[in-house]
Amino acid sequence: MITVDHLSKRYGRHPAVDDVSFTCRPGTVTGFLGPNGAGKSTTMRMICGLTPPTAGTATVDGLPYRRLPNPGRRIGVLLDASAQHAGRTGREVLTLAALTMGVDTRRVGETLDRVGLNGTAAKRRVRAYSLGMRQRLGIACALLGDPSVLILDEPANGLDPEGIFWMRGLLRDFADCGGTVLLSSHLLREVEAVADRLVVIGGGRIVAQGDKSELLATSGMVVKARDPGALRAALHRTGLTGTETTDGGVAVQADAETIGRVAADAGIALLELRPAGSGGLEQMFLNLTAGDSVREAVR
Amino acid sequence: MTTLQRTMPAAPSVGPVRLTLIELRKLADTRSGYWLLIVIGLAAAGTVAIQLGFAPEEEQTFRSFFLFGTLPAGVLLPVLGILSMTSEWSQRTALSTFTLVPARGRVIAAKVAAGVLIAVAATAATAVVAVAGNLLGIALGGNGDWSISAALLAQTLLTQVLFMLMGLGFGALLMNSALAIVVFFALPTVWSVLGAMIKGLKDAAGWLDLNAASAPLTEGALTGGQWARLGVAAAVWVVLPLVLGTIRALRREVA
Repeated sequence: MITVDHLSKRYGRHPAVDDVSFTCRPGTVTGFLGPNGAGKSTTMRMICGLTPPTAGTATVDGLPYRRLPNPGRRIGVLLDASAQHAGRTGREVLTLAALTMGVDTRRVGETLDRVGLNGTAAKRRVRAYSLGMRQRLGIACALLGDPSVLILDEPANGLDPEGIFWMRGLLRDFADCGGTVLLSSHLLREVEAVADRLVVIGGGRIVAQGDKSELLATSGMVVKARDPGALRAALHRTGLTGTETTDGGVAVQADAETIGRVAADAGIALLELRPAGSGGLEQMFLNLTAGDSVREAVR
Repeated sequence: MTTLQRTMPAAPSVGPVRLTLIELRKLADTRSGYWLLIVIGLAAAGTVAIQLGFAPEEEQTFRSFFLFGTLPAGVLLPVLGILSMTSEWSQRTALSTFTLVPARGRVIAAKVAAGVLIAVAATAATAVVAVAGNLLGIALGGNGDWSISAALLAQTLLTQVLFMLMGLGFGALLMNSALAIVVFFALPTVWSVLGAMIKGLKDAAGWLDLNAASAPLTEGALTGGQWARLGVAAAVWVVLPLVLGTIRALRREVA
């Protein structure tokens, strides 16, 4: 269980994280979504006691991270797969982690197998690892202490499609066995496939959170017309807000009947009218995080 | 998946001895650390060879084999201490280290303990090498004298530990391998030179020059005044960087 309560972090006058609150419950995978620079990593570092928050608190199983006696046995953390000594072998990295957590070093071999790093890879130095291999090693480190909570920052970066599929299965199993997972990504598709809940952050603020199905349900319909201009005008007249999708349609926060009526009344021929589904979520994600937050991220 | 133990009580953290052993292991498990240790060993053996080959036979004593033999470790071991502190930041392993042990002070303490232990071990190993050197010397017609005062043994050990601690302190404070190594070697020398050149600094330099203050350690038993100078110089060059470095490591944001 992870509880984040009104967490804020300012760097000078720049608010990197601004009043963020959410909970991750046992048995669920929470997707932490946002564009680069939105504050995902800063939030995760604050949860793990690596960055002192300006305001607010974060607890894991009811305790602030830094007060956990042996955190690795309770919470597995992967914040940056590249942050490993290039001169150590994969096996040595895991052995050091096992010794530090007081875990039987026999688990090192098992865990390497579990993340798909074979004997040859384990003997090589991290310098020679691809990003995908580093991610696997980082996931191995996180799993080594047999924790009940996992915090993973962009773990799918650098993984090949097979690796991403494998990781989804692993996280799903972990949550189905009662574990708590917080998983960040800037790619909606990646998180959507495995998450139960979504927390969307942009410009340091939470812009949406809830069950994935709820967020999908509220994402409305996608409608396409032979004359998009006329459709937009008709929608605008009835006060319905729509946003353009990438394929020329319009995502509208309304049910099919309402939109159908507007089109019929205006005499517009529709080519398509369907629930927005995941495409709508992507649209929502783009809308929610575009604009200010993107400028913020670049600054 | 062994996720049935959800309600198990929290595992206790590992003790300081275990953490120190882990830090010792980290000194030798990278290519740079491993080779640094090998080079120190080879260089110590080299000093024996040099003395057997070039020193006058009457000077081939245990005392001189030992004192000369500690030179490579005295110069190179502090680099190991520097790297022990700086690599956490330059290789970014601080992220996983401090995620697993959030009480950062415990990690710093373990690094200091590991550094001291390895300095003691290196001095002991040098003594063994010096014994071998002296035995060889006897066989080859050297003086072969075994006498050495306990004070000199202890002071040589202190020198090794002192410079190791200084390396650890510089590493902790500067958090950058290249910068810390350069500053570690250059700054005391620059200070000595300035002290010699600038009249107004001469008094201060006498008290604050660690190289000068520590030189008598390997010559014979120190007088009270020499101990005082050494104490003051060590406070500035060893204790201060260690304290400031620890504070900086405790406060720094890990990213």
